Amino acid sequence: MSSEAMADTKIAAKTAASSGRSAAYEAYLRGLRWRAWSISLWQIGLIAAFLVLWEVAPRAGWINPMLTSYPSAVARTFMAGASDGSLLMHTWVTLFETIVGFAGGMFLGLLCAIALWWSDYLYRVLDPFIVVLNAIPKIALVPIFYIWLGDAASIYAMAIAVSVFVTVLMLFTGFKAIDPDKVKLARLFGASKRQILDKIVLPGSVPTIISALKVNVGLALVGVVVGEFQAAKAGLGYLITYGSQIFQMNLVMTAIVVLAAISTALFVIIQAIEVTVLRRHGVSR
Amino acid sequence: MLRNTPVPAVEIRDVTLNYFTPERETLALSNVSLDVAKGEFIALVGSSGCGKSTLLTLVSGLMPASRGSIKVDGLDVTAPSPRVGFMFQKDTLLDWRSIVDNVMLGAELLGLDRRRARQRAETLLTRYGLGDFMHSLPHQLSGGMRQRAALARTLCCEPDLLLLDEPFSALDYQTRLALSDEIAAILQAEGKTVILVTHDIGEAISMADRVIVMSRRPGRIKSEHHISFPSFGDKRPTPFEARKCPEFAQYFQTIWDELDLHEVH
Repeated sequence: MSSEAMADTKIAAKTAASSGRSAAYEAYLRGLRWRAWSISLWQIGLIAAFLVLWEVAPRAGWINPMLTSYPSAVARTFMAGASDGSLLMHTWVTLFETIVGFAGGMFLGLLCAIALWWSDYLYRVLDPFIVVLNAIPKIALVPIFYIWLGDAASIYAMAIAVSVFVTVLMLFTGFKAIDPDKVKLARLFGASKRQILDKIVLPGSVPTIISALKVNVGLALVGVVVGEFQAAKAGLGYLITYGSQIFQMNLVMTAIVVLAAISTALFVIIQAIEVTVLRRHGVSR
Repeated sequence: MLRNTPVPAVEIRDVTLNYFTPERETLALSNVSLDVAKGEFIALVGSSGCGKSTLLTLVSGLMPASRGSIKVDGLDVTAPSPRVGFMFQKDTLLDWRSIVDNVMLGAELLGLDRRRARQRAETLLTRYGLGDFMHSLPHQLSGGMRQRAALARTLCCEPDLLLLDEPFSALDYQTRLALSDEIAAILQAEGKTVILVTHDIGEAISMADRVIVMSRRPGRIKSEHHISFPSFGDKRPTPFEARKCPEFAQYFQTIWDELDLHEVH
């Protein structure tokens, strides 16, 4: 909508407010606004209550502060870590590993899914193995990866291992769900298999690819943190293990809060990409 | 009229098709023979599962027959050809491409001159009343507009033969009547040879020069009817007008009886 048209609707809304709308409709709109308000109010209230309880309970001696720490201590640790740059460094290490692992898992998963789509025979042969590999708790592989790959590479390997099989299954299912008539249409125009992939299957699977991105960004972060537990000399996962070993709950809680912030930020970024891409992609909502 | 040229546009000879699934072998078509003259509009009707759509797929070259031969313009069909256009029940427009890019898909896949294809696409879309929607995405168009865009896509590569596989059946009744009128007019004006597959007897009678009735599986040709409307005069009625002619009801009754639709399986 152009800004001019937008201004027009605003004016129209205003005049409608002063004249056209019935009292019942006004009441309905007020009800909607109040509902939205009250939901936000509850959410803020819940966070505030949680923080207050967390602060008061250890201080009042209801629970042992050694076990839980409390918000003001976490805030101090956070500020200290932020001002000497150490927290920033650990955060950056984890973020970088996550992004690399995420991209690697996506890329590898996409290649495998294309191969399986290309050859149904290959899919039939590999299907049970993929299902089993997907079902294995990948976290069980952490020690093996550490022994085989060393401390740095094992973290990336973990992030990829956690995300790649889900990606393969999601994308392959998406490829298979492409309307067969669209594939037939391309074949009627003499399209090669490669052309069907490029012009029909891949562009048609953009919504699936974005869903896979959304799932994977969380999974890659899980893989990285678990990998860091075992192997790392830096990163938020390392901070958590280190903090718990020296019984510094402030540090552990700070790292967890930063992890929550990172995963939320990554998710929000992917969601923003989703909205713009899907709109341009012609998916009606 | 090119009705009497020696080489038919489509020549189907003793075509049989078996297909296999792990459970069974199915005889889908049995000894089907059919000639379609250049510029002729024929309709294949039959109950579902009689193999009429399968026959269309064979003519398109996507699948070979088990036995028998199919020729288009005197040449054996071995693979899909740009001289043959196909329309599906669904419009199969690609959601992520603008309407004009959808119409140019064939040219793109066939590696034809893009500039010429674009010109033709724009001409066709304008002619079909979609000039203002060239750069819209398919979901912004109504069902009838989408199917017109699909027709433009089919005609963009200038095929001589059109295979229509129930192209109206996904539309609501009013749109279907209006669109079949429009499409009949377009195809008549362009002098295309058309094979229409439909389960709608009225649609077949109102649009086609000849209606072929197929039997239940295995699909065979049961009978054929040359359609004419003497009560309308020399001019060919539009499908909508045809439905109001007295001959329409007679044809409808005859074909209805032949289809055995009321028979219990």
